[in-house]
Amino acid sequence: MNWSSIFSVSLEAIIGSTTIAYALAAIGLNVHFGYTGLLNFGQSAFLGVGAYGIAITVATFSQSLWLGVAIGLAAAVILALLLGIPTLRLRADYLAIVTIAAAEIIRLFYRATDLRKWTGASDGLQSFSQDFYDLNPFAGSKGIDLGLITFTDRELWILVVGWTLVLLSCLVVYLLMSSPWGRVLKAIREDEDAVRSLGKNVFSYKMQSLVLGGVIGALGGFVFALDRAAVQPDTYGTEFTFFAYTIVILGGAARVFGPVVGSMIFWVLLVFIDSTLSEASNNKVFPEWFMTTSQAGSVRYILVGLGLILLLIYRPQGIFGDKREVMLDGR
Amino acid sequence: MLTAFLACLMLSFGLGATSAWAEGEALQGTLTNNGAPVAGVKIKASTQDGAPAGEDTSDEQGKWSIPVTGPGTYKVELDIASLPAGVGVTNNRPTLTPTVAEGQARNVLFPLGSAGGTTGDGQPGTKDSGGPSSFDRFADLLYSGIHFSLIIALAALGISLIFGTTGLTNFAHGEMVTLGGLLTFLFNVTIGMPLVLAGVISVVIGAALGYFQDRAFWGWLRKRRTNLVTTMIISIGLSLLVRYVYLYFFGGESRNYADYNAQAGVQYGPFLIAPKNLICDVIALVALAGVSFALVGTRLGKATRAVADNPALAAASGINVDRIIRLVWTIGGALAALSGVILGTFQGVGFGMGFQILLLIFAAVTLGGFGTAWGALLGSLVIGLFIQISTLWIPTELKSVGALAVLIVILLFRPQGILGRRARIG
Repeated sequence: MNWSSIFSVSLEAIIGSTTIAYALAAIGLNVHFGYTGLLNFGQSAFLGVGAYGIAITVATFSQSLWLGVAIGLAAAVILALLLGIPTLRLRADYLAIVTIAAAEIIRLFYRATDLRKWTGASDGLQSFSQDFYDLNPFAGSKGIDLGLITFTDRELWILVVGWTLVLLSCLVVYLLMSSPWGRVLKAIREDEDAVRSLGKNVFSYKMQSLVLGGVIGALGGFVFALDRAAVQPDTYGTEFTFFAYTIVILGGAARVFGPVVGSMIFWVLLVFIDSTLSEASNNKVFPEWFMTTSQAGSVRYILVGLGLILLLIYRPQGIFGDKREVMLDGR
Repeated sequence: MLTAFLACLMLSFGLGATSAWAEGEALQGTLTNNGAPVAGVKIKASTQDGAPAGEDTSDEQGKWSIPVTGPGTYKVELDIASLPAGVGVTNNRPTLTPTVAEGQARNVLFPLGSAGGTTGDGQPGTKDSGGPSSFDRFADLLYSGIHFSLIIALAALGISLIFGTTGLTNFAHGEMVTLGGLLTFLFNVTIGMPLVLAGVISVVIGAALGYFQDRAFWGWLRKRRTNLVTTMIISIGLSLLVRYVYLYFFGGESRNYADYNAQAGVQYGPFLIAPKNLICDVIALVALAGVSFALVGTRLGKATRAVADNPALAAASGINVDRIIRLVWTIGGALAALSGVILGTFQGVGFGMGFQILLLIFAAVTLGGFGTAWGALLGSLVIGLFIQISTLWIPTELKSVGALAVLIVILLFRPQGILGRRARIG
């Protein structure tokens, strides 16, 4: 067992790029679920359109990265409108069903062999991130080396950009939620009919919330795609959304920094368990009938599922949340 | 060692929360001549635009298998020259174009027999060389649409009843479907029971599990007054948990039962149907009709509808609400397991088979009207037929897109579904 590498990858997960991407996804989801009470189970689709927005624009049509960013953001807005118009007037679980279905459908489109020349089908797309790394001010430097934790110059650049996006998103969420606009959202979560009787257009507020959270999610998609310098359709499956939900609930819904801290804790734990198990099964610590290397890969999903159930039953407000703020009722 | 470890870790990192359904699409089959396996026959697969997708040679048991990269329609060609002397393809169709669904190991059947007067060479210019006619294809899709809609309906009826009586949208219902398939695989292949017996036992276990999960878990949550949205997210966590427990023990590939694998079709009028599918249809119809009529005709059915209408009023008039809900979970569990058993004979058994059809089940239930039994059946029929017949015009791998489009249009114009009532949509 190589404990030093297990600890170093776990520590790197505190601020790593995966943590950033999931934090952004969770901040967006927190706007939907935590503040407005919308059950969006298709957050992976918003990250997906962001990531593929860049990838298709740059890799398929060889346009500039900035156009890709603009297209990714526009696609997230359009997706939010498409999902919201039929469902936001209805009971909460209709939005859940339509969003989870839409996320799967979009993934099927990315995978479709007939669209291979644009999306690369199940292989995905590569080589679209050069423009981004050309801007790297740290290029050629040694990066950061703190003994256990090391980041290369490339990683350092994505971390700086990623954390800037996370902090900006948190700031925007904080300012909006302490404004009158944010109070209306929270009021919609508590009692939609009361808000309607005060003359507010509930549908329009919900739609704005869906668009805002979706756009923040698309930012996470940018970070995810640029960090890996590749997009692959199955990354944006339903499991992605369930991870993001676990993060929001773990950190505490309707808290500005809840999703960020949730994402850090979630990924440190998950990476630690994952790498310990895979190291253990590679070194034959467990007997073969108990756990093989491929079986070790499914343990993370089992644990996330279990964690989500236990959190919701015993501590629905997560670590920082306020119990009064998360007791949604089923409208 | 360290680099290998890191590389492995990078891989698991890079994939993040990758959906693991993508695994296991394959084309496979067993070549037999009057019951005896035929070895050494070359089979070649290519995509529709002609790019080669792989090839295999049948082994001692006559089995061959070609893993393919994704769902879609493939051209599978049996090399007639590699057949043993005196053996030929009896229907003169050595080239087939089967469609592989997501996660499916598709069986491709080449009926072999003594070649009679012809030699082993193909017969150029036979009338069948262009594949089946478009009418045959329509009939084929029409039947598979009905067959598939019965599979969906079994699960949809359970979801709809559970929603009707408890208000819970159960995302873990797909895992009950998978359970039926996996248990049948366990009894049939691992233990070696006949398929029919294995299926019956699986349905019984499914019913028992439906009962106990309400008794031990959902009923307990109701008693704690956990609200419905929280319970729904709990069901999503449960679905994730159970699905990957299946993956842990079963593995990612799609497998088939031991019996009735590549059963040859029999011509019934315009339809070419494998008898096993027809038997499954009859069983499904009997189950669906039985439950539906029990809801309308029996005292328990009346009590169930009373609970669905207004639990408090039902309790006040002397109905034991918890007992009714437990009964509904038992029936839901049995129907879901039956759906899984039948789905397994249709497209093989995999750990994600139930979750893959879950969205279609939801689409069917929403379309028909949440909480209405007849609506669930009607919605399933529409969805099943729609997604199969739409493949005449759109690529097979995108057929679920049509189902979602229907769902969204329905929600725009008639959100309560075809048979639903306005009051339920809130």
